[in-house]
Parts: sequence; C-alpha cells; structure tokens
Amino acid sequence: MPELSRRRALTAAAALTATVGVQTVSAPATTAAGAAGGHDHGSPASFDEVYKGRRIQGRPTAGGGHHGGGHHGAGYAVFVDGVELHLMRNADGTWISVVSHYDPVSSPRAAARAAVDELQGAKLLPFPAN
Amino acid sequence: MTVRKNQASLTADEKRRFVAALLELKRSGRYDTFVTTHNAFILGDTDNGERTGHRSPSFLPWHRRFLLEFERALQSVDASVALPYWDWTVDRTARSSLWAPDFLGGTGRSRDGRVTDGPFAASAGNWPISVRVDGRTYLRRALGASVRQLPTPAEVESVLAMATYDMAPWNSASDGFRNHLEGWRGVNLHNRVHVWVGGQMATGVSPNDPVFWLHHAYVDKLWARWQRRHPGAAYLPASGTPDVVDLNETMKPWNDTSPADLLDHTAHYTFDTD
Ligand SMILES: [Cu+2]
Ligand SMILES: [Cu+2]
Repeated sequence: MPELSRRRALTAAAALTATVGVQTVSAPATTAAGAAGGHDHGSPASFDEVYKGRRIQGRPTAGGGHHGGGHHGAGYAVFVDGVELHLMRNADGTWISVVSHYDPVSSPRAAARAAVDELQGAKLLPFPAN
Repeated sequence: MTVRKNQASLTADEKRRFVAALLELKRSGRYDTFVTTHNAFILGDTDNGERTGHRSPSFLPWHRRFLLEFERALQSVDASVALPYWDWTVDRTARSSLWAPDFLGGTGRSRDGRVTDGPFAASAGNWPISVRVDGRTYLRRALGASVRQLPTPAEVESVLAMATYDMAPWNSASDGFRNHLEGWRGVNLHNRVHVWVGGQMATGVSPNDPVFWLHHAYVDKLWARWQRRHPGAAYLPASGTPDVVDLNETMKPWNDTSPADLLDHTAHYTFDTD
C-alpha cells in the first residue's frame, strides 16, 4: 500500500503543478469534451465565486493525460482558496468530493459549497494529504 | 474462534479491551496505515475505470478482507478482542450506549464538530488525526446532522430481498443487492450511515473514526444474512469483466485473495446471532 499511496501522491503533486499557472481568472463557460474517461456528456461550465468567505472555483480540465494510472481524471477540477479539492463524477452525473464522499450532489459547484460547509473554515490540504 | 458480537451486548471489560487495543494500534502507527489504504482506494475507485474497494461488486469482499486484516492487528495486541458490529437499525440515536464516554464517545460540539468526550477525544491526547484531507487534527462528528434518520429494519429488509448479487455496469449505477446495500441507489443503507455520523466518517479518510469498523462489521453481517436468504445466488460477475474483480480474480492491495475465497465468513469468524 505505501507504494500505491506514494505513486498517487506524486501524480497528484504533478497535476497541481501543471494547473497552478492557469487558475487566475474565471474562464468562460465551456463544454469541453470529457476526454478523460470517454464520457459521452460534456463537462459543466466553469464557475468562480466567493462562498461563505472562501473562493471556490471550478473548470473543465483538458483530458486525463497526466493521470497515468494513478489518480483518476474527473474531467473537471475544483479549488477552494486555490487548493484543489478531489472530485469525482458518478455514473448518473452526480458529484462527490473527498470531504463528502458518500453524499452525491448535482454539480461541481454544489460539491465545492458542500466542502466549504464541511470545512468550517479549515484549510484544505492538497490531496492525498499523506 | 473469533465471535463478532453486537456492540450493545459487550461487557464493560470487552469495551475496555477493544478500546485499549485501538489505542495501542494508533500509538504504534499501524492504525493510520489502514486509513491511508482506505483513502487510496476511495480516490482510485471510479465508475468508468478500475474499481475494487467501492462502487463495484468487490465492495463486500474487499471490506471483509480489510476488516479481517484490521481484526488480526487488534488481536496481535490483545488476542481476546473481536470486532463488534453496530446494528444501526436498532441503536439509532445519539443516546445509544455506543456513543457513551466508556466506549466511542459522543457527537461533536456545534462550533467545530470536535468530539469532547470518550477515549478518542482530542483532549485525551491519544487520537491525533494525521491522515487527513484538511487542517483539522481532532476527531469530529455531527451525529444525525446531515441526514436525520438511520436506515430502518424495513429498509434493510427490502434490500435483503433482492435476489441478484450485482448487475452490469457493475458500478454506482447498478441495480441489485450490492449497490443497494452500498447505497448509491435506492433506500441507501451503507452510504447514509457514513453521512449520518458526519465528521471524518463522511470523508475518504473515514476509518479515522473507530465507528468505521463497527459500521462495516454490520454491513458485512448483512452480506452473510443475504447469502443465507438466497442460497442459490452467487457473487457476480463470474469472469471476463474489464476493470472489475471477477469471482476468481485476486484483489488489490493483497493480490492473494479472490472474492471466491471470502464468500464464507465462518472460516474466519462467526456472529453472536444468526
Ligand atoms: Cu470503504
Ligand atoms: Cu464505508
């Protein structure tokens, strides 16, 4: 298991590095092809707002190229105060995040808001934290 | 032979020994390796990709093996200890003895969710949350806050009545017993209990809360009850399914056990009833 975790940690770190330069302004709404998993549905639009005093952002990602076998590509990334929140899309189109992993909501924005509610002001750690 | 008992029927001495073994695994660092493993699978199991621990047919045998590993670790500390189970259809309020200070401690305070009593309260100094997804290092709970009701006996009954173990597409969209027990579809049993407890139990690092083991020991018992109810029904899929653990395929991270090897729990433990 340590081997698996380590590989995931490295992959996640690489993904964060790759995206850190482009998250300044909210992008226009797009329907990027969900290239990651061959999804037949488009990604939800980007968003950028302050919710309960914290900046939440979301945007489609360009495929899952950097996810070589480790952390999966959700085809969409969400950030809370600039820290990526691990997000997953369910087969029925609902979403969960690592801080509310058993409770699907309808959109990435709803998952980001649920995370802010759950965090009660705490800082999110880059995933996986350990 | 290990006998898994209903947590409500444990003696004071059995509770004390179970708690002491948990604290010793935590102190030695072994406990947190289980949290790390679980989170790695939670993050890695996806509906359209490889899936082993969750949202797939192997949810049940994977957690059975995971609990066996954990129970053996407990027994290496105190050979008399077995995993108790929490029947949340019966002990369904925050006033249950499960949440008393001599066992798991109670719900968290409203301001920050912090558990303030029992052996796992941060103030006792023995339960630092080190495998975590946010900055908080204390055990948190919010019993009944995010969802009001735990599953009822009638809801459990409706799921046990499902005769087919699992169905294509073998993920969170599936019909059948496994996915209804896991809770992605229908009345929602297992997932809802995680949400009802709240705190770390609602996250990918849910084994940070010791109730994780008691919850999954009961989910495991429901699988055994389902098998007895449907003696002709088999684990599915049988073979040749991409990204999914077939009956005779080995499971990560152990790579030495298949679902077929884990169908009969009596090789490892029995239950106090049934
Ligand atoms: Cu799990
Ligand atoms: Cu679980």
